[in-house]
Amino acid sequence: MGLRTPLFAEHERLNARIVPFGGWDMPLHYGSQLEEHHAVRRRAGIFDVSHMQPVDITGSGASAFLRRLLANDVVKLKDPGKALYSCMLNEQGGVVDDLICYYRGPERYRLVVNAGTADKDLDWMQAQAVGFDVHIDRRRDLAMIAIQGPQARAVAAALLPADCRDAALAIAPFFAADGARWFVGRTGYTGEDGFEVILPAEDAPELWQGLIAAGIQPCGLGARDTLRLEAGMNLYGQDMDETVGPLESGLGWTIAWEPAERRFIGREALTALRDNPARRDFVGLLLTGRGVLRGHQQVLSDGRPVGEITSGGFAPTLERSIALARVAPGLGATCAVDIRGKAVPARVVKTTFVRHGKPAQAL
Amino acid sequence: MSAVHADLHYTKTHEWVKVHGDGTATVGITDHAQEALGDIVFVETPEVGRQVDAGDGCAVVESVKAASDIYTPLAGEVVEVNAALADTPELINQSAYGDGWIFTLRVADPGAVSGLLDAAGYQAVLDAEV
Repeated sequence: MGLRTPLFAEHERLNARIVPFGGWDMPLHYGSQLEEHHAVRRRAGIFDVSHMQPVDITGSGASAFLRRLLANDVVKLKDPGKALYSCMLNEQGGVVDDLICYYRGPERYRLVVNAGTADKDLDWMQAQAVGFDVHIDRRRDLAMIAIQGPQARAVAAALLPADCRDAALAIAPFFAADGARWFVGRTGYTGEDGFEVILPAEDAPELWQGLIAAGIQPCGLGARDTLRLEAGMNLYGQDMDETVGPLESGLGWTIAWEPAERRFIGREALTALRDNPARRDFVGLLLTGRGVLRGHQQVLSDGRPVGEITSGGFAPTLERSIALARVAPGLGATCAVDIRGKAVPARVVKTTFVRHGKPAQAL
Repeated sequence: MSAVHADLHYTKTHEWVKVHGDGTATVGITDHAQEALGDIVFVETPEVGRQVDAGDGCAVVESVKAASDIYTPLAGEVVEVNAALADTPELINQSAYGDGWIFTLRVADPGAVSGLLDAAGYQAVLDAEV
């Protein structure tokens, strides 16, 4: 048996199919993954993401510590509530984890890291914190509910506490409203507008039940995966890991190279790879032939293997199969993918397939 | 609970077979199989005319989750495939024992069907999995 979130009883009541994920017992779907996916694109859906781990970073050295720890630069965070997506690298430039960092005030930050990596992340952070005046607080007392979709914010607002309701509706994308008990980020992992609400575990069932009563579709990890793939968002452990860094995972935009004197962990390795002509590209694939792209299938160009799919699947919004792939530099506009021994044609495209309910690619 | 039909034969790998009076047999996947796979989004059917041995992988059913090989329970020649699955693979979810059939064989050895599971035998397989 895996770990259970504060919402496990809610999932059982909704007849979820439960699967192990990152050490947790989590809902895969509540009946139809496709319906859940469409609900988020067209209306709204909710996800229990309490397996993800908030970590609060405070102390007079918090900024200096995070500027060393993260490849993106928290100095960009000037306004309270502002969020930053970043990789946390090892010395070899591989990804220990990817995370979101929210700025809560001078020397006060909240990170949210992945479930399956939380233990190693905390060990890594503690080891890197030596010499910094910083306090690292793993918040096991908190739950997290994502509400995503074009109607998500309007529906959720009615259920937010008074101290952060107006603020939550006023904030721009990629900001958070910080209430006394609840923390409401206008962030997500679906390519839609919405909130991610971090709240005390004991408050979570009531919010969940309120959202269900408001008619919002509960969604499992299955829909979460197809939604993030359509949005072109990376999944740690599949699209990048400790051996493959941001420059070969489509995450070069998250590296803050300036100021040049900031010595973040992994910088030297990234600098060497940046100018290496053999550096692999990270591309989107849109299958034009029949079939379904899956992780680890070989990408072919002129019949020769040139790379591998890192994440693939059926894109319900496009009714086509799509993938993220890491390939040798110089791949043209088309390629093929080896599906059970057959070379099936595909187009090479940008990694964003769907944004705000609409195809971002010509089909 | 998943449905099991009394007039069909089954395999431990969750295929069903309906034997017709004319020496042919139709193959599909069980209600339990479609439920476990989740929403089905693509089906690769065998070529008509292909000769298959019992246990050969001769179709692939892909759901939102994963790809699954479908093994023919009986040997024979593929004489028809369900063309409707090309555009509406969800027929398998909606009607695993009916409109979601996958292919029809001209059976090489009609006696071989006695080696397959009957409904009670397949129900026992399902009961043992839970």
